[in-house]
Amino acid sequence: METKTRSDAFIDEICAIPGGEGIRLCIQCGTCTASCPNADKMEHTPSQLIAMARAGMREEVLSSNTMWYCLSCYLCTVRCPRGIKQTDLMHALECVAVREGLSHAGTRTPTMYRSFNHFACSLGSLPEFGFMAWFYMFSNPLRAWRMIPVALDLLRRGRLSIRARRLTPEGTNQLRAILDKAESLGGVS
Amino acid sequence: MRYYTYFPGCSASEGGAKAYNWSAQEVSKALGVELVELDDWNCCGSTPSSSVDELGTFCMSARDLALAEKSGLDLVTPCSACYVIFNRTNSYLRQYPKLKAKVDEALAAGGLEYHGTVKVRHLLDVMANDIGYDAIESEVKQSLSGLKVAPYYGCQVVRPTPGFDHPESPQSMDKLITSLGGEPVAFPLKTRCCGGSLIISEEDVALGLIRKLLDSALSNGAECLVTVCPLCQTNLDAYQSRVEKKFKTSYKLPVLFFTQLIGLALGIDGKTLGLNTNVVSPAKVLEHIYNPVNYMTTH
Repeated sequence: METKTRSDAFIDEICAIPGGEGIRLCIQCGTCTASCPNADKMEHTPSQLIAMARAGMREEVLSSNTMWYCLSCYLCTVRCPRGIKQTDLMHALECVAVREGLSHAGTRTPTMYRSFNHFACSLGSLPEFGFMAWFYMFSNPLRAWRMIPVALDLLRRGRLSIRARRLTPEGTNQLRAILDKAESLGGVS
Repeated sequence: MRYYTYFPGCSASEGGAKAYNWSAQEVSKALGVELVELDDWNCCGSTPSSSVDELGTFCMSARDLALAEKSGLDLVTPCSACYVIFNRTNSYLRQYPKLKAKVDEALAAGGLEYHGTVKVRHLLDVMANDIGYDAIESEVKQSLSGLKVAPYYGCQVVRPTPGFDHPESPQSMDKLITSLGGEPVAFPLKTRCCGGSLIISEEDVALGLIRKLLDSALSNGAECLVTVCPLCQTNLDAYQSRVEKKFKTSYKLPVLFFTQLIGLALGIDGKTLGLNTNVVSPAKVLEHIYNPVNYMTTH
């Protein structure tokens, strides 16, 4: 009888996520790491993270800061000789980390993404000023203070809208119905 | 007249990049392009959202695609981030039937269906390949002669899917600048990342990336830099003073939307193109090309 190892289970989980299946193809050439503009900021480089995932280090992978430093610039994706969608793999790992409450990782990026998503879903569009003010106030009020010169530059040039773009009431309801349904369907896999 | 369904995106419609929307509309009109804004559109789904709620993101962008499908026209967006998300949704729905079934079910809850037929285009692609360099050149009223421009593409207009230009060494904007009479400078970092939304959560990291771009543009003799994305423009323009402060440097490099540059060459006045909204003023650099009485009145 075949027994599933710890690493098989995690690999299967990742492969079930659209975009994650390429993880089996990695040959550890390091092209992704060499291409990544933020590799030096990451606890584990992109290729290390893949090696860890394949070794079944589920918790270490999901609590790593690596994917939260991904800029979604897709340079690794276009260069990977095995055709792995590295950037999409990062997004997939981020979603799993968020679901499991492991997305602290010493960076404010998960909090920023969550608040972005909250605004985008509830309003149907992103009010840049409101979202940024909200994020700064709750994550780091001191930074909100430091951002005042940038905000003033933008305000002076008419680039800070307080007003959010709103959908029609019908559009809002339609989007709400779609997103509620999506939520009831669980994740992508 | 060419017709397209138009998706400005949050940033260009009500956010900090309104000048992109204005200039895109003006330039399109002048070149015989009718941009019909998608009715009642919502946020494209966005990269930040796709990092916390993938299915929700696919559904948000699928709603826009379903609405756009009704017209049968190509969907054009000036925003590289919207462009990448819509294309990702299209290719994922084609590639993953199980995901498609879920998205279909969610769309049905809103009385919509999507058949995957919408072709998503970036405005740069439309300008370069549908209108064409020669047609644009023939409309030039005020040549940008002598203006040294760094063509900054950023990431998501050329990656990840093989699209209308090379993923690492694109040329379409270089050619566009030439057709306007300007001089595209060599810019090795033309598709290097500007830091994206990490400017908000990890500012120091993003400022370092922006610095590299500004250094590269200046050292190659650029007098200004053009972008095709609201986020790139905001990072390079509005945060330039933060980079200068952090690294004790001085750039004062104007950062224009590519549609603003085209508009100037077509003889559209600076105020209509929103040049007064650029944080680093382009007035001095553009002096010999465009010297109106009052477009910089807010400065």
